Amino acid sequence: MESDIGWWGVLIAVIGGAIRVSTPFLFVSLGETITEKAGRINLGLEGTLVFGAMIGYGTAVLLSEAWVANALAADPTVRVDVRMYESAAWIGVLVAGVAGSIFGVVHGILCSFKRVNDIALGIALMLLGTGLAFYFGKPFIQPVAPDLPAIPLGNWSDVPQIQAALRVNVLFLIGIALAFVLWWALRNTRLGLIVRVVGDNADAARALGYNVNLVRTLATGAGGVFAGIGGAYLSLYYPGSWNEGISSGQGLMAVALVIFARWNPIGCFYAALLFGGAGALGPALQSVGVTQGTYLFNAAPYLLTLGIMILTSSRSRALAGAPGELSITR
Amino acid sequence: MVQLVHEGGGALGAPPGTTGRSTMEWLVRRAESVVIPLGAVLVGLALFGVFLLIVRWDSSRSLGAALDEVWTAFELMYTGGFGTAFSIQNTLSRAAPLLLAALCVALPARLGLVVIGGEGAIVLGGLAAAVAANVFNGAPGFVGIPAMAIAGAIAGGLWIGAIGALRHYRGVNETIASLLMAYIAIALLNHFVEGPLRDPASLNKPSTAPIADNFWVGPIPGMDVHWGLIVGIVGCVLAWILIDRTTWGFSARIAGGNVRAAQIQGLPVGRLILVFTALGGAFAGLAGMFEVAAVQGSANGSLNVGYGYTGILIAFLARHNPLAIIPFGILLGGIEASNGLLQRRLGLPDASVDVLEGILFVVVLLSETLYGRFRIFNPELRGSRA
Repeated sequence: MESDIGWWGVLIAVIGGAIRVSTPFLFVSLGETITEKAGRINLGLEGTLVFGAMIGYGTAVLLSEAWVANALAADPTVRVDVRMYESAAWIGVLVAGVAGSIFGVVHGILCSFKRVNDIALGIALMLLGTGLAFYFGKPFIQPVAPDLPAIPLGNWSDVPQIQAALRVNVLFLIGIALAFVLWWALRNTRLGLIVRVVGDNADAARALGYNVNLVRTLATGAGGVFAGIGGAYLSLYYPGSWNEGISSGQGLMAVALVIFARWNPIGCFYAALLFGGAGALGPALQSVGVTQGTYLFNAAPYLLTLGIMILTSSRSRALAGAPGELSITR
Repeated sequence: MVQLVHEGGGALGAPPGTTGRSTMEWLVRRAESVVIPLGAVLVGLALFGVFLLIVRWDSSRSLGAALDEVWTAFELMYTGGFGTAFSIQNTLSRAAPLLLAALCVALPARLGLVVIGGEGAIVLGGLAAAVAANVFNGAPGFVGIPAMAIAGAIAGGLWIGAIGALRHYRGVNETIASLLMAYIAIALLNHFVEGPLRDPASLNKPSTAPIADNFWVGPIPGMDVHWGLIVGIVGCVLAWILIDRTTWGFSARIAGGNVRAAQIQGLPVGRLILVFTALGGAFAGLAGMFEVAAVQGSANGSLNVGYGYTGILIAFLARHNPLAIIPFGILLGGIEASNGLLQRRLGLPDASVDVLEGILFVVVLLSETLYGRFRIFNPELRGSRA
């Protein structure tokens, strides 16, 4: 079966991988878009992503184990398994979002103090977030948590690779919907306008009577929610376990991706697919027996990000669509 | 670019003046940039104590017993880092790569660049040094060791210098680019160590071929600490002279304060960026070289243990002043050295040092807001309503 489709298998695996791998990129970049539209950059989303992965997984493990114990206490003959409790995974996603919002709001509040640099503080929170995740995450490396549900969209085909590639997670679909909602809301709603004014010209926003620091803090908090959910996807669906190497820079690449997407949520969706595909290249080649240079293929997303940054940055002209108050574009 | 170093009135100003009063004033102003970071470290340690108190809360214990445990943790940190001759040597050995890694952050920071990918330069510096050791195999030590050092410094310098070039010529954000390049560097290390350069004899831990015996960098006489510490301290002093006592450093400080003003003055901002990033990368590359030549004996995955990230914290603690990097580097070396003791005696996870470093980092950045607010350090505030 494997040999029937040969190199087509690589392409199918890359497409399937793009769908699977892109979701955390999509969520983090949508969150960062909100934050940056309000004029701040939060590099700490990498730490938020890792912490969200840990706490989402930990919540799902503890809840489902408790439910299994309950069911067994009621009827010792019943056959139960932690994997049966999908709702525990969803509660994990929720908890990860709440934890993310705390990280975001902390970043937002601390940046409101004079002379506190948002980029440097993001690095600090990145280290703190991963440190806290590793501190509390030790007990969750072994246990199994229930997975988030996926919808099989590939059943029309009888090629197992296509069926596997088109098993689409619900969070991916939610992410696409959010991208469009966010694109619309930033343009057409009062809230979107407030965020954009604060991000483009703080003085004008103050003159209009808006509390610039409050808006930015809330926007950073919203960004944290998205990053936390993205982390929960990592641990609860794909790769689907918690360990200390779970992210390795995906949160940071998502921040670079926002620049590439020109602060446009729909652009974030396309960019996330592209990055997801690049991330799936290494494992896809491995699956057809290419073992030479695995490490180099696994570095493809970093190279792609860097290449895109080099191509799309410019020394002389400001980036189109960039919020005027953003420190990295000034 | 962002303004990272906010020079107070006295910091950039004239050295001690002739009259007693202005000398006093200069000292008092300088004291601000010593007292505030030290205060931030104390607050950070206290917050870590609160963290331990909360996460290790156990309702069966009295508050006194819980506080006792926190106090024990601090005592162990002191014992493990600075309490005995052995622990001091352990601390200094760990400080050596940290000093060099911190310079990789501090030098570009004087120009307003936030470079956080020093880990990449360390990793590639170590790899290049191992390759150089292989090439010069059979040569005497006084040829081989400098060759390793030069190879490491060049590899690191080119790697971080490239980030400076991308920043200057293409306007690529250096913070994100440097971290991406660190991941690429780690992938390159893994590729070479497990592929083309793997020593078939290294079974459990893929490594390059071991360096020749006469290429090992020995300990400093009378101590159990390798020469990397001396190189790190000398590097910090040289970097301080460059920044504080040369025209280049002066130009860099102007550009770091206001890049437009520097350009209008005709200062070579581009060349400054290239030199400072490459120099910082060269120091980090040397850190990798000493890990290979004095600790590991070959290039392997142990090059990638996070010295670069601790170096970021040290540089910010030192407010990017190379001389201040020395004490803060030793402090952090001590904290990391004591981690094993904390794990064994209190059963803390090894990530507790990461938590402590994260807390310290946040508090130090927050303390930036305090500069210029205390009347005791800022005589001009006296008399006015502060």
